[in-house]
Amino acid sequence: MEKFAWLIPALPLIGFLFSIFFGKKVSKTVVASVASVFVLIPFIITVAIFLPFISVAEAEAIRIPLLEWINIGKLTVNYSIQLDQLSLLMMLVITGVGFLIHVYSAGYMHDDPGFHRFFAYLNLFIFFMLVLVMGSNFLMLFIGWEGVGLCSYLLIGFWYKNMDYNKAANKAFIMNRIGDLGLLLGIFLIYLRFSSFEYSRIAYEAIDIAVGDPIITSITLLLFIGAIGKSAQLPLFTWLPDAMAGPTPVSALIHAATMVTAGVYLIIRTNILFTLAPFTQEIIMFVGLATALFAATIGLKQNDIKKVLAYSTVSQLGYMFFALGLGAYTAAYFHLFTHAFFKALLFLGSGSVIHAMGGEQDLRKMGGLRKALPITHATFLIGTIAIAGLPPLAGFFSKDQILASAYAHHPVLWIMGVLGALMTAFYMFRLYYLAFHGSFRGTHEQEHHLHESPKTMTVPLVILAVMSVIAGFVNVPEVLGGGHWLDNFFTPLLAGTTLILEENVHEHLSHTVEYILMGSSVLAVLAVIFYARIRYKNNGHVPAEDSEPMSFLERLLSKKYYVDELYDGIVSNPVVKGAGLLYNYIEVNFIDRIVNGVGQLVVLSSRTARFMQTGNVGFYIFAMVIGALVILAANTFLH
Amino acid sequence: MENITQFTGALTINHYLFLSSVLFSIGVMGVLLRRNFIIIFMCVELMLNAVNILLAAFSRYNGNQSGQVFVFFIMVVAAAEVAVGLAILVMIFRNIRTTDINALKNLKW
Repeated sequence: MEKFAWLIPALPLIGFLFSIFFGKKVSKTVVASVASVFVLIPFIITVAIFLPFISVAEAEAIRIPLLEWINIGKLTVNYSIQLDQLSLLMMLVITGVGFLIHVYSAGYMHDDPGFHRFFAYLNLFIFFMLVLVMGSNFLMLFIGWEGVGLCSYLLIGFWYKNMDYNKAANKAFIMNRIGDLGLLLGIFLIYLRFSSFEYSRIAYEAIDIAVGDPIITSITLLLFIGAIGKSAQLPLFTWLPDAMAGPTPVSALIHAATMVTAGVYLIIRTNILFTLAPFTQEIIMFVGLATALFAATIGLKQNDIKKVLAYSTVSQLGYMFFALGLGAYTAAYFHLFTHAFFKALLFLGSGSVIHAMGGEQDLRKMGGLRKALPITHATFLIGTIAIAGLPPLAGFFSKDQILASAYAHHPVLWIMGVLGALMTAFYMFRLYYLAFHGSFRGTHEQEHHLHESPKTMTVPLVILAVMSVIAGFVNVPEVLGGGHWLDNFFTPLLAGTTLILEENVHEHLSHTVEYILMGSSVLAVLAVIFYARIRYKNNGHVPAEDSEPMSFLERLLSKKYYVDELYDGIVSNPVVKGAGLLYNYIEVNFIDRIVNGVGQLVVLSSRTARFMQTGNVGFYIFAMVIGALVILAANTFLH
Repeated sequence: MENITQFTGALTINHYLFLSSVLFSIGVMGVLLRRNFIIIFMCVELMLNAVNILLAAFSRYNGNQSGQVFVFFIMVVAAAEVAVGLAILVMIFRNIRTTDINALKNLKW
């Protein structure tokens, strides 16, 4: 089956070309079917490769060179595919969730004039994302990295007639570029140190390097900057909430399930380098934890259904980085895996709500939707429970594993992590009760229009809901009678790390401690959910209008800590003002005058010189003869 | 025949130079001073042929045949030019009913 691996990225690319060139000529059904099938077939191929792969214990990575790309001197880079534990699992998520979101989009985008363009971009995104995870070297990763950034830009600004959406798209692109610079410099430094871009070569050579090597530390810091940009961590996270300007399926696919996890993928892929740089790991841990808490507090006061989910995504990504910083690479991937399902589910569910509400996204205008949208309500509830971390849903296992590693590192970190989990549970249930319970608060027209979404939208919701329930079982911890399947599966991937950290590997917690940790965090989450239920369901509390007076803290949270304003103040405004200054003084007074002066000189001189053109043939001939004589004379006398 | 050879042998390169300069100057002055465009055209031919004489003379003087080949080229080009030029002149005459070159001064600034 491996010989068909090249089809996995190739088919979405063909789908993109089809939709972009012929999409207008064929019907919407054809466009949506072609785009979806060209993601479904890669999914089937991936499964076909994956099944024999898991049956072998500690299977070796498969590397398939496809084409020669660069061959200059000692530098050889191929377009080649690497199929191993990490890339195969990523491919399953990308093509699987991607396919469901394609199907969903067929219903969600049905009345949009840019229907074929939307599917073209989605397919292009799937292509680049697959290149990112399937490549066997850093240059292919970089192609994919930039490509998904481009698709993200195109899809955020999909409704390009709205200026605010274009600004959001620009913001996302520019902020990503800041991170990309770090990634690029990191890749250069890797080449300088290892003389190769291949993952296998780097992993092979890195084993002999001493822990704390300054070059490795610089490399990992630069790679982490790239991950910060792509995965929306502090301080470059502000683009992700704004990216909700794009259509909701885009938010689900790109800005929750796949693209934003590229940073996590990058760090797990180069886990051996990060293990060699404890300093960088400390930074990652603190940045991740700070992001998780920071974004969660903002999420408490947001009233836009998609903004709540966006900050929740930032917060959950913070969790993943927290785990990466702790060296718990498997836990980070596990959370990425479960998060992809329940966050995609929540976004698609919110899309279904927005669809039913006729484009309304404000929670204060919703309420009581559970009767009108039974399937959306049921699946959304499952997603909410999963993200809140109640057993036995997916979020519980992954979050618990991260918290357990945090406790093993330091109990204070565990407390902080639980705090973030509690806030997550609170704002998610706040959202749930505000949207689905109580009485309807929208206009009469909207109430009349309320309807359950079509089958193309509800079926993906149901499948994702099922996955949100069962995805956690891939890595059930021993204390709950599980076999740590994912941990065992990832053993070959983390072989280098294990080798370096020989002495620290066995810091397992005792079962009693694990039970206490689990029990206390679940009880605390239940208490918070109960509080949210009383506040928003029984008391029918509705968040105040923006115009009403708020306490300082409330205002700080609802204004997102004024981070956007801060960035505007220290970066955007000085740049814009400086550009204005350059324009108004340098450009207008110097450059324009010089350029216009040259032009006016030509106009003036030609206005005079044109009178030589008398129309008198005799004069022309006379001038010609004189000219010939002058040339002759010059020729004679100047020699 | 012998007389002719003897006679031409007595002519030095200076004679040819003088003749061709005179012919060329006549041509130039004709082009400059006359207003009838047929005459101007004939004067152009005169200038061309003055050059031809010069080329032939130098060719002989230097014992190099390529100058004479050049003369043939010039004659061929001149013939083609005459054909085109005369056709243009005929068309001009049909349009403006005069051969005065000063009548053609509409194309100006």
